[in-house]
Amino acid sequence: MSEATQETAVAKRRRFEIGSIAPFLALLLLCGLGAVVNPRFMSFDNLTNVLTRSAFIATIAVGQTLIITGGGLDLSVGAMAAFVAGVMILFLNSGTIDNPFLLIATAMLLSLVVGALCGLFNGLVTTLGKIEPFIVTLGSMGIFRSLVTWLAQGGSITIHDSDLRAAYRPVYFGEFLGIPYPVYVILGVAAIGAFVLYATAYGRRVRAVGSNEDVARYSGINVARVRTITYVFQGLCVAIAVIVYVPRLGSTTSTTGLGWELQAITAVVIGGTRLKGGVGRVWGTIAGALILEVIGNIMLLSNLVSEYLIGAVQGAIIIIAMLAQRSLTRR
Amino acid sequence: MSENAGQSRSDRGSLAQAAPILEAIGLSRSFGPVEVLSDVSLAFRPGETHAIIGENGAGKSTLMKILSGHLAPTRGSMNLDGEPLTFRGPVDAERRGVVLVHQEIMLAPDLTVAENMFLGRELHRGPIVDDRAMNKRAEQAMRVFGVAVPIDIPVMRLSIAQRQLAQIARALATAHRIVIFDEPTASLTPVETRALLKLIDGLKAQGVAVLYISHRLEEVKAVADVVTVLRDGRKVTTRPASELEPVDMAKLMVGRDILDLFPPRGAKPTGAPTLQVKGFSAPGYAESVRFDVRPGEILGFSGLVGAGRTELFEALFGLRKGSGEIRLGETPQHWRNARDAIQAGAVYLTEDRKGKGLLLEENLSLNLTLAALDHFQRGPLIDLARERAALDAGIARFDIRVGDKGLNAGQMSGGNQQKLLLAKMMLVDPKVVVIDEPTRGVDIGAKQQIYRFIAALAAEGRSVIVISSEMAELIGLCHRIVVMRHGKLVGEVEGEAMNENVLVVMATGVEIKQGDALK
Repeated sequence: MSEATQETAVAKRRRFEIGSIAPFLALLLLCGLGAVVNPRFMSFDNLTNVLTRSAFIATIAVGQTLIITGGGLDLSVGAMAAFVAGVMILFLNSGTIDNPFLLIATAMLLSLVVGALCGLFNGLVTTLGKIEPFIVTLGSMGIFRSLVTWLAQGGSITIHDSDLRAAYRPVYFGEFLGIPYPVYVILGVAAIGAFVLYATAYGRRVRAVGSNEDVARYSGINVARVRTITYVFQGLCVAIAVIVYVPRLGSTTSTTGLGWELQAITAVVIGGTRLKGGVGRVWGTIAGALILEVIGNIMLLSNLVSEYLIGAVQGAIIIIAMLAQRSLTRR
Repeated sequence: MSENAGQSRSDRGSLAQAAPILEAIGLSRSFGPVEVLSDVSLAFRPGETHAIIGENGAGKSTLMKILSGHLAPTRGSMNLDGEPLTFRGPVDAERRGVVLVHQEIMLAPDLTVAENMFLGRELHRGPIVDDRAMNKRAEQAMRVFGVAVPIDIPVMRLSIAQRQLAQIARALATAHRIVIFDEPTASLTPVETRALLKLIDGLKAQGVAVLYISHRLEEVKAVADVVTVLRDGRKVTTRPASELEPVDMAKLMVGRDILDLFPPRGAKPTGAPTLQVKGFSAPGYAESVRFDVRPGEILGFSGLVGAGRTELFEALFGLRKGSGEIRLGETPQHWRNARDAIQAGAVYLTEDRKGKGLLLEENLSLNLTLAALDHFQRGPLIDLARERAALDAGIARFDIRVGDKGLNAGQMSGGNQQKLLLAKMMLVDPKVVVIDEPTRGVDIGAKQQIYRFIAALAAEGRSVIVISSEMAELIGLCHRIVVMRHGKLVGEVEGEAMNENVLVVMATGVEIKQGDALK
């Protein structure tokens, strides 16, 4: 295994492109700006806070990276997160298991299953139904969002048992070696995503399918299966984000995860993944998610621009990222 | 600007008639440190067809791009009607009457032939687009080719040859004084080729200067008045076509004597058929087709554009809808997709190398192992050492000529791409190999090699089916040729009976007069 990863490292070095490090440079630049604007930005607490807060989008965006690399798209991730969270909390409230830790573990497993099934649904409808992923996931976004509202009867779904809440709390707020757990989650999910995409035969098939579906088909690759699995992987990523998200507030409402799909896609695109497929950059995506969070953070810490304009700045960033990508590839 | 640079050419005197419309003077072009075109001076005269030949990489495309305003020269200049000029881009060149007919299809796939032809210059009746008039004009333009091409369905539903004709018709719909054809017949069959050559004669008669680039030297001999040979970016010679036979042209292109183009034919195979197909139909393209192929045999599929050959095999391999009986050995086969066929031991090498055969933006090894990735897995991982070894072996066996193995497939010449595609599909060790248009867009040196590879595959006991629109290629290579017309097999010839006239008659269903084979 180590030999294989070493090999991809060599291969990557050979194909060194400025485009692949641009998101990291941009992130460094932003951090520099942050330090200038407010010295508190560079404090350890603030930085870990930024990392922790970016965990949801970063985790979901890793799944989105795989989907987009394979030539797909998933708009339903935000609604899916709310739905999975709803199911998870309802299960926690059901009290079917007495031991709180066992209950939480089972609930985590359940959300992974539900997430995977949601992804499988998106994947199968897209590939077997031969429908544009944009339309399919627009539809399932509505379905998932509406299911949450129904489950919550228009209100919110909250973990009732305060002991259970206390037991679950450390998953988001806890630390190991001074670093919050969510940061490890980001690293773990990204490492798995990068491993799948760069080192495995499956990952290569994803790239081939996204690069040119016809070539993949004529090469005997099962395009539908390869694509469907990317959606299942996305579902799992959403579930992992939910597992980290639920202990933070202990509840979910019909507005949970609103706009996450756009932030995730933004992170993917800023990270250098090609929107029409074939090229995927998992670590770039992580940088993209951090860039989004850092911008928000800098705006909060400074008085340069009203924090109500965070959305506008993030929107501008995606456009600038696309322009940069284009000018880099045009060379 | 020194105008006498072009005039001082010694070979000028014998050719000079009318004053040239367009002159190229010492054109050079570099990409980075590599000079792909060096000091080429040429003159193009009205009413003259000037053929430019050379192997891939000889600089033909670069020269064409400069002459049509797609690329600026790094050195040298051009004169139009004796006046120095610089093209600001292809649109500027077109405005001045220089039209390039691209080799690659550049039509909007969702628009019809008529809509493409009038794209950006639609005919109006008041504020409303006049579809009737445009369809009528498009139909007239296409009728010149003497081939039925529907002008009112989306271009993407046409065959590549039909698209090619539509593209030529589109280019000629603009006002033109100089028309540059870049491999216009690469995907055309003899009937359409003949129609195109006639059309070129018509252009000449109107006083248009025609530049003609082709790998098909017979065609060049038939159509050109003047032939310029390029090699390694330099002009080797410019001579009247009457002085050059195709074999001379080939020698000048390659810079050495070429041996026989085709390898010696293997003995007639006698074993039991490897692949048997009965009553196979692809709706709309092929109807109850029946054929078989033996181990060690090379079977040719001849026919006109739109005869349904490509579609038949795509359907056989589960790449489009079709049904019928397929047997491999004695075992009935149901191939739902290319994967089933590959696992059973049959591969199809597409005619559309760039669109369906190779990932142009990926490197050689990724392309090479894509169809056989199962064999390169260690658990879920890819065994990169084995993959590298396979690439070295493939490069050696198929003589893929690349300086840098990290190159992307799209950066290679057509010949090398075809070799890579061959190497890729051979990795699955198939019993049946179907190769669609194996030498389209491939220069003569690589062509000769590819023929030898195909013969070698047959000699290894594999059954090879070659689909080609170049009849000479099938005649030179195959043991047996079947002909398709309108989706049906209409004939079969083997041995001495294989000649172009017989094939043309079968393919068209029309008797053609002797001596009319090309013009």
